[in-house]
Formats: sequence, C-alpha cells, structure tokens
Amino acid sequence: METVKAKVREFLRGYIADHDFADDEDIFASGYANSLFVMQLIYMVEREFGVTVADDDLEFANFQSIDAVAAFITSKTATPVGA
Amino acid sequence: MTKHKTVKCLVWDLDNTLWDGVLLEGDDVKPFPHALATLKALDERGILHSVASRNDPEAALAKLREFGLEDYFLYPQIGWQAKSMSLKAIASDINIGVDALAFVDDQPFEREEVAFALPDVLCIDATEVATMLDMPEFTPRFVTEDSRRRRQMYRADQHRKVVEADFEGAQEAFLESLRMRFTIKEATQEDLQRAEELTLRTNQLNTTGYTYSYRELEAVLASDRHLLLTAALEDRYGPYGTIGLALVEKADTSWTIKLLLMSCRVMSRGVGTILISHIKRLARDRGVRLLGEFVPTGRNRQMLITYKFNRFSEVERRGELAVFEADLTTIPPDPRYVHVVTPLRSSNQ
Repeated sequence: METVKAKVREFLRGYIADHDFADDEDIFASGYANSLFVMQLIYMVEREFGVTVADDDLEFANFQSIDAVAAFITSKTATPVGA
Repeated sequence: MTKHKTVKCLVWDLDNTLWDGVLLEGDDVKPFPHALATLKALDERGILHSVASRNDPEAALAKLREFGLEDYFLYPQIGWQAKSMSLKAIASDINIGVDALAFVDDQPFEREEVAFALPDVLCIDATEVATMLDMPEFTPRFVTEDSRRRRQMYRADQHRKVVEADFEGAQEAFLESLRMRFTIKEATQEDLQRAEELTLRTNQLNTTGYTYSYRELEAVLASDRHLLLTAALEDRYGPYGTIGLALVEKADTSWTIKLLLMSCRVMSRGVGTILISHIKRLARDRGVRLLGEFVPTGRNRQMLITYKFNRFSEVERRGELAVFEADLTTIPPDPRYVHVVTPLRSSNQ
C-alpha cells in the first residue's frame, strides 16, 4: 500500500511541483488536474501496477485522491502490492 | 462518410519524384516544375508535406534548403530505413492516423512496400504528380483561414516539441511557460467552414463523431435552441487556430452537449476541461441540467475519460449512445497556466 502511495505521489510531483498532496486530498478540487493529467495518471497506473483500467473503472471515485488510487489498485490485484 | 478521405499529409520521395535526377549519383538535380506547382497548391489547400527518401540526410536537406523548399516539409525522414517506417514516424510526429497519409514515389518497389505494410496509405506514382490536384482526396471541401495557416501552425508545434523535450521541471511549469491564451466564443457565420472542417477532421478527441454539414451548422446558428461555441488557442509560439467546438442543444430544463471536440494538436495542453467548465457555468447560471452525449467510435476513449473526470455520470444508455449528466455543484477553477478569454460571460448568454 505504501509503495503504491509513494509512486502516485511521485507522479503528482512530476506534474505539479509546488504542492504536496495529503493522502485523502481531492486531487481534482483545486483545478490542478486536467484531462491530460487524468490520461497520464491512468497510463501510469496501468504500466506501473500491471492492472487494466476498464471503462467501468473510469470512475472519479477510483482516482480522486492518493488513497483512492491505492485502494483501487489493491482491489484490482490478487495479492496486495507492497506491505 | 465519403468513401475517399481527404489526405492530411503528402509524403514525397525526392530522386526522380520531387526533383529530376539522383542526388547521390552526382546529378545536378532540379525540382520538376509540375512538382513545385503541386506542392505549393496543396500547401495553399492546407495539406501538409513531408519527405521519405533514401538519401544522405545532410546532402538532401541542403538541396531542399537551396531550392527554398525546406520549410514546406514537416518531420522529413531521410535515411536508409524502409519507407513504411518513415511514413509511420511522420504520422506519429504529426499526430495523425496513417490513413490520412498519401505517398508519392517513382519506384514501384517503394510504393508496393508501403502499400503492403500500410494498406491505408494512398500510394501514387510520380507520373501522376501533375494531375494529383484534381483528385478528390486532395480536394478539401473548404479552404479556411486555418487550413491556409496549417503548415505554419505545425511548424510552431515542431518547435514547441523540441522546447518541451528539453524542459526540466514539472509539466505544469512547462505549460505555464507557454503563456497560453484560450478564447471561447459563440460561433459566427465566418466560423462555420472551420467548424464543419473540425467535425470531419477530428476523430480522437470527439465525443460523438457526429458530423455536421455547413448547411446544418448554419441552421444551428440561426436557431435559439442551440449554442455553438468555438475555442481558439495561442501561445508564445503563435496561434494554434480554432481548435475546439461544442454544439449544445437547449431545451427548457436541460441542455445537451451533442458534440464536443478538440483538435489532436492541443491534446497535451489540458484545455478541454476549460471549455467544459465554461459550458457548465452557463448551464448553472441558466438553472438548467447539463447533459452530454457520448458515442464510442473506437478511437475516442479519451473523451469518455474527459466526461467522467469532469464530474459527468451516466444517466441513460440507448444502444451505443450514453448520456451523461454533469454535477454542477462543484465546478473547478480554470488552471492558472492558461489565460481564459470568454466574451460570452459578460453578456451572460
């Protein structure tokens, strides 16, 4: 779980330099995120964690915060990633 | 759709196609006058050009420069690789489908190699260069201000890409450095040709793939039940032109986005959300629900993602068509790296 969060946080930093997101902070609330960002976030999740994001998974709730992404990846992988 | 798609980029062989002779055999090569005429006429029509040539890159580029032609060719591929590889690279660099390319070469072997590897490419014998201008594939329905400027706009893109690749730091900082200016306005008569062109040319960033003819758009413009918005972008490197379009159908209690599209050239600029937020604010101010239609075309998944992550949720499905409704309670502020100009807001329409 922590590795997943660290990866997501690292991804966010490559995108938005001057803001540290809390685990439960809404990434989309502040106008930081745009459609390009979402695409890249989805590609990153698929590439880094080997999960397939199906059309039905394209829900706001799955990507809204660092916590949400981590929970989504955990739910998609048979064995939890990391500790 | 029409059977023949309009070609977006013509890829030229050089030796004995663009110019008379074989450069590396020491010929004093000169461009064929009919090739020059075709090159310039197609450029005027907004059709792009590139090169796929087996040649020494420096020598060939020096010749193009000497003839004053270098600026006509985007992402020229000069080397020893298979021409099908060169065509793939060109399509990818310009960010268009391979099926929007045409390839002209005097050698049957090269045309067959390309036709075999990339069956969607229109392959043309060099003997046809003079008559090519009459082919329907090279005859767009309209030549708009944007099409005439297309080559310059793609050259600016080429330059932006180099700058972006060299840029160190967060992506947002790069976007900020572009000093983008995004203008949303209600379409007028002068925008209709470009609007029709956009519905025909835009496949990936298109929510429904509905195409509208000039006449249909004219009717939309006259109707007070419709809102037709265009979006234009420019940055420090120059204009991108009119790159976005939204058609909204206005009923008494709900508005429906029938079509929302953005040119692929602005895919990495994050401006789609700004157009959506603008429509959301208009609907919220009017006190109506905002719906958006989505029809999967096999190439437009990004627009499904765009709707979903702009707080639209599915409320209805009729076969392939999905109808989404926007959550208008939270509309995020526009990103600070873009200066948004919306003359509409002030008049409150």
